[in-house]
Amino acid sequence: MNAAINQKPSLIETVIRKRLLGKGFLTAVAILAVWKLVASFLAGPTIFMQQVVNGFQLGFVYALIALGYTMVYGIVRLINFAHGDVFMVGAFASYYAIARFGLNSWPSRVFPGLPVWLSSAIGVITVIVVSMLACALLAFIIERIAYKPLRTAPRISALITAIGVSFFLEYFGALPMAFGPNFVTYQRPFEVVNWVISTSGIVALKPGQAPPDNTLILSNISLYIIIISLLLLFFLNFIVRRTRVGKAMRATAYDKPTSRLMGINVDGIISVTFAIGAALAGAAGVLYATAFPQVYFVMGIIPGLKAFVAAVLGGIGSIPGALIGALIIGEAEVLSAAYISTPMRDAVAFTILVLVLLVRPTGIFGEPSREKA
Amino acid sequence: MLKKIPRSNLLFFGAALLVFAIIQVAISTYMLNDFWNTILRLGAVMAIVSLGLNLIYGYNGQFSLGQWGFYAIGAYVAADITYRWTNNNDATGLAILLFGVLLVGGAIVYLRSVLGKIRGLDALSAFTMYFLATLILGIASVYIGQWVGPAITALLMALPAAVSLQIVYILAVIIAGIFAAEVSFLFGLPVLTLGSDYFGIATLGFTIIVKVLLDNSDTMLGFQEMKGARGMIGIPKITSWFWVFLALVVVVVIMRNLLHSSYGRAIISVREDEIAGKAMGIDVAEYKILAFVIGSFFAGLAGGLYAHINGFLHPNSFNFIKSFDPMIIIVLGGLGSITGTLVASFAWALLLEGVLRLVLPQGFETWRFVVYPLLLLLMMLLRPSGLLGAYEIPFLRQILPPLKNLGKTGKPEAGNAAPVQEATK
Repeated sequence: MNAAINQKPSLIETVIRKRLLGKGFLTAVAILAVWKLVASFLAGPTIFMQQVVNGFQLGFVYALIALGYTMVYGIVRLINFAHGDVFMVGAFASYYAIARFGLNSWPSRVFPGLPVWLSSAIGVITVIVVSMLACALLAFIIERIAYKPLRTAPRISALITAIGVSFFLEYFGALPMAFGPNFVTYQRPFEVVNWVISTSGIVALKPGQAPPDNTLILSNISLYIIIISLLLLFFLNFIVRRTRVGKAMRATAYDKPTSRLMGINVDGIISVTFAIGAALAGAAGVLYATAFPQVYFVMGIIPGLKAFVAAVLGGIGSIPGALIGALIIGEAEVLSAAYISTPMRDAVAFTILVLVLLVRPTGIFGEPSREKA
Repeated sequence: MLKKIPRSNLLFFGAALLVFAIIQVAISTYMLNDFWNTILRLGAVMAIVSLGLNLIYGYNGQFSLGQWGFYAIGAYVAADITYRWTNNNDATGLAILLFGVLLVGGAIVYLRSVLGKIRGLDALSAFTMYFLATLILGIASVYIGQWVGPAITALLMALPAAVSLQIVYILAVIIAGIFAAEVSFLFGLPVLTLGSDYFGIATLGFTIIVKVLLDNSDTMLGFQEMKGARGMIGIPKITSWFWVFLALVVVVVIMRNLLHSSYGRAIISVREDEIAGKAMGIDVAEYKILAFVIGSFFAGLAGGLYAHINGFLHPNSFNFIKSFDPMIIIVLGGLGSITGTLVASFAWALLLEGVLRLVLPQGFETWRFVVYPLLLLLMMLLRPSGLLGAYEIPFLRQILPPLKNLGKTGKPEAGNAAPVQEATK
């Protein structure tokens, strides 16, 4: 190799200057992925489109969880590992609200005259709001007890505390007196309706009817997930961009001591951030459990982790970044489960993260870091 | 003429010998039953993993959650070698991996000396070259190993069975360490260029990927004997207290000598302030990867030892949730403290695996993991700097240069950080 440098310095130099080897490696990986996707699409367009729809469904749930991570990290620079378990608690809260208290059917019981779709929608929204409130309260308590005393301690102490809280929520939840250690079948808050989309139009499937071949199936689960997620995202964006609390949040994220000097109640804002993030995770818990109707005490770990990956991928601290990152992770997970291999779907998400971070070190929408100028 | 041996060295080795002898006698006379014996060995293994992580995070400041992945790699590599030897009487696996790690290690060292001279080479390009070299040499070593394997098998068969098993075991554990170190080199080269938290997430991803691969080791990787998610059985249980203790002492001595050398001071300077380190002429990227590789070597070594404690490996023991354990241990013991790590590892093993199991009343076994995080939270709230803080036993304390007597700064804050600051004044 030394000899080669002496003989043709110009060629080697250009290769090194322009980082061609590394770029070539990344390009090779990208070409492989695109080729795989195109080949899968050509092999079965409707199946592929079905996977894309499923990916959106998953991606929007991840987006809701990712927002909690990205907001908390943006303000206190803490990877809140307990967030995934707050999501789990949200799923369980909605489970109890539905199975024990029948909260999803209160409109039809109180106002029997309402149209079915309206009473069902109000019921679902009630369940989600209950779950969001439960999670917000939980996160507020966690923040006050566990994180606030460590505000000035080294960051690693807060991280270990977060891990401790995560363990506590999981294993306390696993106790028979809490949620129990078993898988629990989740009762959906609404009736599932599937629509078949084909060249001849959209037809609703009857219960128990097998879908015809080569058609795209859309269920109202996907619609609920996408609509509710988008509403919450716009609502959050409104809070962060247009309200006083949002302004205070952005200021706190930018510079804590200065915000305090400007009269912002930094501790209060941090608590509010935790509570808002947890409320979104609670909503995500309901939606996730609706899509995959099973709740259990460690269900929060992997979605929580994926959502964090999504937040980092999109650029931590950025709301549109969290959405885009979550959609990428959701699609990648579903498509790799369908076309590469099911167990590798967790690996693919992390591989994408590492490759993207190598090209853009602060994520897709991330600002260049301001640490240590 | 013999050099005068410092008193602290004599004390350390004397104390080590004494501890070893007392526990060995207790084990041989069955005063310690198998339960406590296993817990002690687990504590020692945990200490080795945590020391490696302490080098990476505590001394070098790189927030890594990948330690458990390298531990898993080491465990499965060592287990596979000894499994093939005891069950098939076949040393081909040993030969392949031996030649593999030697060839790849040599290639990495050679390429490093060549590529180090090229200015402006980015990490990803370098990674591509190392990756291609590793791929080619890995395939080559499979052929070499298959060719040499029968000869090595015959050679080992000529020895008494017990001796050959011990030889295979020692080689397997060392190969496991080197294998993990090489993987960590290839992985760390591009990933260490990411920022601190991003590096943490990438290493967490590494642990998860390793676990997924182990879950499917029989189908996706094609190692039938690893049995994927059913768990690998039939590994000889030959990690005795002697071997783990020896490995622990060796690792402690390596850590101590490394940290007290100029390399160690450079590693610590990366943690203290990268920019100041660069200004002092320290190749930050080089020292990051050095600490990462050595730390992962310890993890692989510990994995190799762990595989032969219970004779059973299951991918669930390498779940990423467990990868927080060494992190918790080094934080509880005190970041950047070897003594603290040792104490915390044994305390962790004794408490979590031993005492809590025995103390909690019947029917409350599931409370073990409810009590554990509560203890953790209390520890963090009451002693955020760890059990022992920066305390070190005399042997591990850095012999400070005479400058110490000039300054009136009192106790150094972070043990080994002080000499760097003083030397730069």
